[in-house]
Amino acid sequence: MVTQEILLWVRGTGLQIAVAVFVIGMVFRMLHIRMLGRKKSLAQARGSEWSGGLRTIWKRSLVSTRLSARGYFTVIAGFIFHIGFFVTLLFLSQHIDLIRAVLGLHWPAMPRGVIDMAAVLSIAAMVALLVHRFVDPVKRLLSDFQDYLTWLLSFLPLLSGFMLLREIGFEYITLLTLHIASVELLLIVAPFTKLAHMFTTFMARWYNGAVNGFKGINI
Amino acid sequence: MTTSLQNGINTLLAQIDAPTASFFSSCVHCGLCADACLFYTETGDPKYTPIHKLEPMRRLWQQEYTFWGKLMKGIGLSKPVTDEELAEWEPLVYDSCTLCGRCSLVCPVGNDIVYMVRKMREGMVASGHAPEGLKGATQRAIELGSPMGVNLNTLKAQIKHAEKETGLTVPLDVEGADYMMVLSSAEVADYPEIIGAVTRIFKQANVSWTLASDGFEGTNSGIQIGSSDLAAELVGRIVRAAKRLKVKYVISPECGHAFTALRWEGPNLIGRPFPFKVIHIIELLDQLRSEGRLKTDSKDDTRMTFHDPCQMVRRGGVIEQPRKLMNMVAPNFVEMPEPGVQNWCCGGGGGVSANHRAEPLRNQVFSRKKAQLDAVNVKTIVTSCSNCRSMLLDGLENHHMDIEVIGLTELMAEHLAEDKKGSAA
Ligand code: SF4
Ligand code: SF4
Repeated sequence: MVTQEILLWVRGTGLQIAVAVFVIGMVFRMLHIRMLGRKKSLAQARGSEWSGGLRTIWKRSLVSTRLSARGYFTVIAGFIFHIGFFVTLLFLSQHIDLIRAVLGLHWPAMPRGVIDMAAVLSIAAMVALLVHRFVDPVKRLLSDFQDYLTWLLSFLPLLSGFMLLREIGFEYITLLTLHIASVELLLIVAPFTKLAHMFTTFMARWYNGAVNGFKGINI
Repeated sequence: MTTSLQNGINTLLAQIDAPTASFFSSCVHCGLCADACLFYTETGDPKYTPIHKLEPMRRLWQQEYTFWGKLMKGIGLSKPVTDEELAEWEPLVYDSCTLCGRCSLVCPVGNDIVYMVRKMREGMVASGHAPEGLKGATQRAIELGSPMGVNLNTLKAQIKHAEKETGLTVPLDVEGADYMMVLSSAEVADYPEIIGAVTRIFKQANVSWTLASDGFEGTNSGIQIGSSDLAAELVGRIVRAAKRLKVKYVISPECGHAFTALRWEGPNLIGRPFPFKVIHIIELLDQLRSEGRLKTDSKDDTRMTFHDPCQMVRRGGVIEQPRKLMNMVAPNFVEMPEPGVQNWCCGGGGGVSANHRAEPLRNQVFSRKKAQLDAVNVKTIVTSCSNCRSMLLDGLENHHMDIEVIGLTELMAEHLAEDKKGSAA
């Protein structure tokens, strides 16, 4: 009974709070960044900031520079993690049902086999990235507490979700509660940590590209 | 806290704008920027990772501009920026960064890292942590008019020399000319051939131009050291001269940072748009070529390559023009691996060449350029930045490589149609 009640709270009020913190926090974070402003260049433009900004938003998703082996490892593992994460998030039938219930939008789900594979690959990529963070001298030097915290917060929903689908370790209700709670934790912390990069990266890319666009450099 | 530290911190905080905050917010510490920086690739030392060079500034941003940072500060878990730390960072911010901008190309979240290094240097100057070599160069630029101590008399001697050699008049202080040519210190001191070269090209192309006795020096140490005030003073001299002579264009010399200083930063430094346009000498030569006004009548069969100056290409957007010019006169022109915007720095930009302490490191990382050159096996390197040229010569000598280095403008002048010996056309 108690687990039932916890689950009810977690999927009700808990979720509402988490979503509210996420949305308000992210909007505030981005507005705060935007409001720091930047000086408009008085130099004569040779091209457009917008076309440069938009081009970079797109092009930075691809690799255009020769990298080292450790660089390619990071890129490939990073791609697998992100794609796996979003495939399970957006194409698992249970998730689609939830989205439909809340937003009224829906789309076809992917077969369970595909979702399973995406989740496993994503989890494996995350573990590999964590190990790499420990062993690679560059990453080890750069890393701080937030890097490990955000890794954990992104890992838990994937892991608990996977366990839930297979009913590994605990009862279904407990697993469901844990899964939702881990998502809520991620949502609540995201706006205040580097998880905010899920949105701010588009600002960063735009600003970077805008400078080049202004100068008429197509990169 | 000392006053200089306080100054440094205040300056750094004032430098943080929306782009900077979006960059720091987005950095996921993936370490990819290390692969783009020759100081990391050639040494393997993680401290040369581009984003790491900004660590003190990043922490200040976090502590003052984010909820997380304030929370950590509140519970006593944040590490304040100290004078010792800034002193420790000085070699990272200056000796191991040429402001080449390669890191800004690779960051997957889109961070323009070099944009922030430029800002970080403002804080370093304010806190008294700039390298002696650069301080000296900047002081000479402000007091004597040039970081290398070149003055008007030196210029006049070189003009006389060029006039004797070409048989043409080198215009000085001609009011109402269309173009005002600016030079770099290194050109006046070490590569004065450029004066004769442009004189002959402009004569052939019928360009109305002049030099200015009070605005001939384009090198801007203020930008390299990171002092906007001094940089503005240096740019201001050129702007005053251009206004006095009522020119329509100012020509940036074969000097990468001079181009950045004049073309992109200049109006922002002085706080108003220029009443004239700025054009790089290579842009102008290519324009003359496309208009049929720059004519050549011979070619050089030597196997040559072109070294792209970072500020002209990656940070300046003059990419195709030098290639079109090269193809006019050099049938055996070959590209190094990773040419154009991806090109690797000579190792001496961003004030590194003026910073003696950085010399051993600069020599070490020249191995990157060497590898690029080894891949093409050329006899001649052509470039269009006098600083790159000096750095290439130095690096080649230190690495026992027998390759000639020349400037693109001179190469074009050598193959000018008619008027070859310099007799008036
Ligand atoms: S490449 Fe970009 S995201 Fe990765 S560590 Fe460097 S600055 Fe940060
Ligand atoms: S600008 Fe060039 S030298 Fe400086 S950190 Fe970036 S890649 Fe390295």
